[in-house]
Amino acid sequence: MAAGKIDPIHQFELNTLVPFGNTGLGLTNSGAFMLAAVGVISLLMVWGARNRQLVPDRVQSLAEMAYEFVASTVHSTTGREGMQFFPLVFSLFMFVLVLNLLGLLPGGFTVTSHIIITFVLALVVIVTVIAVGFIKNGLGFLRLFAPSGIPIYVLPIITVIEVVSFLARPVSLSMRLFANMMAGHIALKLFAGFVVTLASLGIFGIFGAVLPLVIAVALTALEFLVAFIQAYVFTILTCIYLNDALHPGH
Amino acid sequence: MASPTSTGHELGTEVAEHPKGGFPAFRTETFAGQILWLAIAFGLLYYVMSKVALPRVRHILEDRRVRIATDLEQAAEFRSHADEAGRAYELSLAEARGKAQAIAQETRAALAAEADIRRKALEADLAGKIAASETTIRERTESAMSNVRDVAAEAAVAIVERLTGRMPDRSKVEAALDTGARS
Repeated sequence: MAAGKIDPIHQFELNTLVPFGNTGLGLTNSGAFMLAAVGVISLLMVWGARNRQLVPDRVQSLAEMAYEFVASTVHSTTGREGMQFFPLVFSLFMFVLVLNLLGLLPGGFTVTSHIIITFVLALVVIVTVIAVGFIKNGLGFLRLFAPSGIPIYVLPIITVIEVVSFLARPVSLSMRLFANMMAGHIALKLFAGFVVTLASLGIFGIFGAVLPLVIAVALTALEFLVAFIQAYVFTILTCIYLNDALHPGH
Repeated sequence: MASPTSTGHELGTEVAEHPKGGFPAFRTETFAGQILWLAIAFGLLYYVMSKVALPRVRHILEDRRVRIATDLEQAAEFRSHADEAGRAYELSLAEARGKAQAIAQETRAALAAEADIRRKALEADLAGKIAASETTIRERTESAMSNVRDVAAEAAVAIVERLTGRMPDRSKVEAALDTGARS
């Protein structure tokens, strides 16, 4: 049966391309796609802006658009002081966005569908937030867990809730991206698999395969949207958390 | 359509190579390698972005902003120059118009004065002529009147001589004439 051969999980499989002894640290398809993403982003931002034209051409205009989009997001969320984190936020946004989009290429590998990648990225954000919070505010950063204007008798409960929600941030940040990318690609693969399975059943199957084909095409469009939205959500949450670090105590 | 079948085909070999199975994203033995390559890739990206790409784009945007601002400033300056020139033109036009009016006024006044003088001279001339004529008329009338008296006196003397046969006293006749003419 053809149905047995279609495995929606297979696309997430890591394949070692360049082994590094027996350590498992060799270059995998995941690592290759991450390097490819770095290459694409550098090509856009460095090569695209090489002429420094007053009137930009298409590639430079795209680079400027990316810059201004992230800059306005950082500026509107965290204010002037937040702009010192602009390189970090910009790198995160472009990295996640390009990895999401590269995953949509036929035969591509979605790096962001691996929980360890999104979790480490989320950790980078949270560690930055904690470090900046304590460097900027000292112990005043702990006011983040005790919002002002709260009656004293509910303060312990609020503090516990705030601590839990703070600890949940890296988890939710990484889970959201990972789950969205993984679920989208599984759904896409399932519907694409239906097309193949039904089409192989003969003349009626070919007619039956039209519906899943339409759905697969629509899902592909949706996945492009999700790729952008998830990158944006990751970015804006990073900005919000950084804003907490810069201005604790709500 | 080719991709699902081909991946399905590869699956067989894949499972054989990785007998451990399990969902790929949750296989902890792959984590170290992924973290390593993530650190390499993201570190590289961050370095390139923060050292090369973003300063360059910021420079481009800043240059453009400055250029637009100076261009606008220059345009405003030119505009104020043009406005100034327009005002100067209006001013000189008004001045010229005023001057023209003054000249016209002057000319009109001069012409009027000249005409006045000429008219006065003419009037004086005419008045003199009228006076002279009047004198002449009076003189002529007087002389005519005196001639008439003489003629009347002679006639009266002649009449009296014929009637009476003797010459009357001339002075008496004249006196009589005078009284007659006066009454």
